[in-house]
Amino acid sequence: MSPPVETATTTYREALREAIREALREDERVFLMGEDVGAYGGCFGVSRGLLEEFGPERIMDTPLSESAFVGAGIGAALAGMRPIVEVMTINFSLLALDQIVNNAATITHMSGGQLAIPLVIRMTTGAGRQVAAQHSHSLEGWYAHVPGLKLLAPATLADARGMLGPALADPNPVLIFEHGALYNSEGELPSDAGAVPIEGAAIRRSGAEVTIVAYGGTLAKALAAAEQLAAEGIEAEVVDLRVLRPLDSATVLESVARTHRAVIVDEGWRSGSLAAEVSARIMEGAFYELDAPVARVCSAEVPLPYAQHLEQAALPQAETVVAEVRRMMGADG
Amino acid sequence: MNGGAPLDRDHGLHLLRQMLLVRRFEERCVELYSAAKIRGFLHLYIGEEAVATGVMEALRPDDAIVATYREHGHALIRGVPANEVMAEMFGKVEGCSRGRGGSMHLFDAERRFYGGNAIVGGGLPLALGLALAEKKAGRDNVTACFFGDGAVAEGEFHETMNLAALWDLPLLFCCENNRYAMGTAIERYESQTDLALKAAAYEMPAWSVDGMDVLAVEDAARKAVAEVRDGGTPCFLELRTYRFRAHSMYDPDLYRSKEEIADWRERDPIPALTARLEEAGLAGAGDVEELEGSIAEEIEAAVAFGEAGSEEPVSDLERFVYWEGAAP
Repeated sequence: MSPPVETATTTYREALREAIREALREDERVFLMGEDVGAYGGCFGVSRGLLEEFGPERIMDTPLSESAFVGAGIGAALAGMRPIVEVMTINFSLLALDQIVNNAATITHMSGGQLAIPLVIRMTTGAGRQVAAQHSHSLEGWYAHVPGLKLLAPATLADARGMLGPALADPNPVLIFEHGALYNSEGELPSDAGAVPIEGAAIRRSGAEVTIVAYGGTLAKALAAAEQLAAEGIEAEVVDLRVLRPLDSATVLESVARTHRAVIVDEGWRSGSLAAEVSARIMEGAFYELDAPVARVCSAEVPLPYAQHLEQAALPQAETVVAEVRRMMGADG
Repeated sequence: MNGGAPLDRDHGLHLLRQMLLVRRFEERCVELYSAAKIRGFLHLYIGEEAVATGVMEALRPDDAIVATYREHGHALIRGVPANEVMAEMFGKVEGCSRGRGGSMHLFDAERRFYGGNAIVGGGLPLALGLALAEKKAGRDNVTACFFGDGAVAEGEFHETMNLAALWDLPLLFCCENNRYAMGTAIERYESQTDLALKAAAYEMPAWSVDGMDVLAVEDAARKAVAEVRDGGTPCFLELRTYRFRAHSMYDPDLYRSKEEIADWRERDPIPALTARLEEAGLAGAGDVEELEGSIAEEIEAAVAFGEAGSEEPVSDLERFVYWEGAAP
């Protein structure tokens, strides 16, 4: 009998903070830089207390200069540091798009492999908090388009706690997308929780009849849908992509080969989305396994509105996933 | 004017050689471009050689350099071998970026030469980060960032100036003011054309320098670098210069007058330095001839090296998108 593992109740926010704290403790090259990460404690409270613990040299408040401080992260990484750059939201990251796409993603290749960029950029993504069309979008699919970047989407406490360390150890620019609706999510985490692999998707629930692919903020919705479907006698498998680039096609394709049906849930807009990419890969790699066309549940093609009922109507929901699966099973039967 | 130490023969000839090497290299690039041996964009530094030559004299090998897409000269002066620069133009694997960068993206990690950046203003935040790392590591290395006058209109310029000043970073801003943002004259895009005044807003020491006088550039750069290295402040140098050739090989050069170009050619930094050396009795026609000879040899060898270089196998196309091997 293995000894019982001690667990502690923690939140997604605290798990992220513990990961940052550990990285700062273990490697003096690590520092955190971004808007309001210090005195304010982080726009979403992730870095609260870290300024007091590590001082202003390691926890650096920046001006509202996204391009300069993200670029400074790239430059510092080039010179051997291990920066963690926090951008308040993915919408604001567009102000640093030049640095991320034209520099971080290109320099290793453009220099013929001479220069590494061991940089982590964290940012909040996603909707659900009624903060309207300039703070709510899920643009990670744009970044997923770009070779040279690695993209992580922690959807669980274990991933929130464990992805940062390996991301900092990676000699490439790694973007971590934290869904804003997850910060307060609470659960049990083993007290010895640590690094997790940052390659590959994970099967979060097994089922034989349909594969539901989700990531980040949509994982909980996919799992809720699977629960509801199980009550109706439909066994759904839920795949959490975890890593948005490079995509783990194999796990998705193997699952589809077992279930013969796939629904992709993505908070991005449908057109040109990550869901479109996953769908295309299923067509390319598992077309003859399919008993039904691949389905997608994405955000409505609208800048996300403020009013709660409109916002919720625009977003993927467990109910819409359930309805899509029912439709698919019905069409199949 | 040169307010520094009196000019001596060796140093004078060294400066002349650096500028001549760049001039002849660029001229050879034009021929090779016309012969379709090299392709893509080609931005020539002809006319501006005194700027990189003078500034680089003030730097140490462990200082870092960030340059623009008009950077053949910076790379050569920094000591990137002409062979490797030329092979890069030819797109060969022996090039300093393995043929993946080309004219606009010369890199040399060993010499701390961080490009070769072709987004105007985009190199400034990189330089900020390099300087930040030096400060954090407690090293006294300076980062010199070259950028054109056009970059001053970019937000990244102001963001970087502000942060460098706020954090007292060892960063030397080298603004190569050649008066044109591609084809748009500075009077047509800047509300304030005295660029050194921009630095005043950030309380940063700044100098405007005659960028056609290599000795004046060197002198100002030495002062500025000393201030950056030992004085704990970034500095701004406005280097007033002019490109004699069009913006790139695609540019018909219709936006400025022949008279204006002719006037600036009168101030060509290479004949100017030659004349000073001759007037001071430090060098004669024979010396210049000798320099020309050795430079011609170096460049022809580089062309032969580039021509003879090998092409990266297409099977390696997707290499270096991510770092190969363990973290450095």
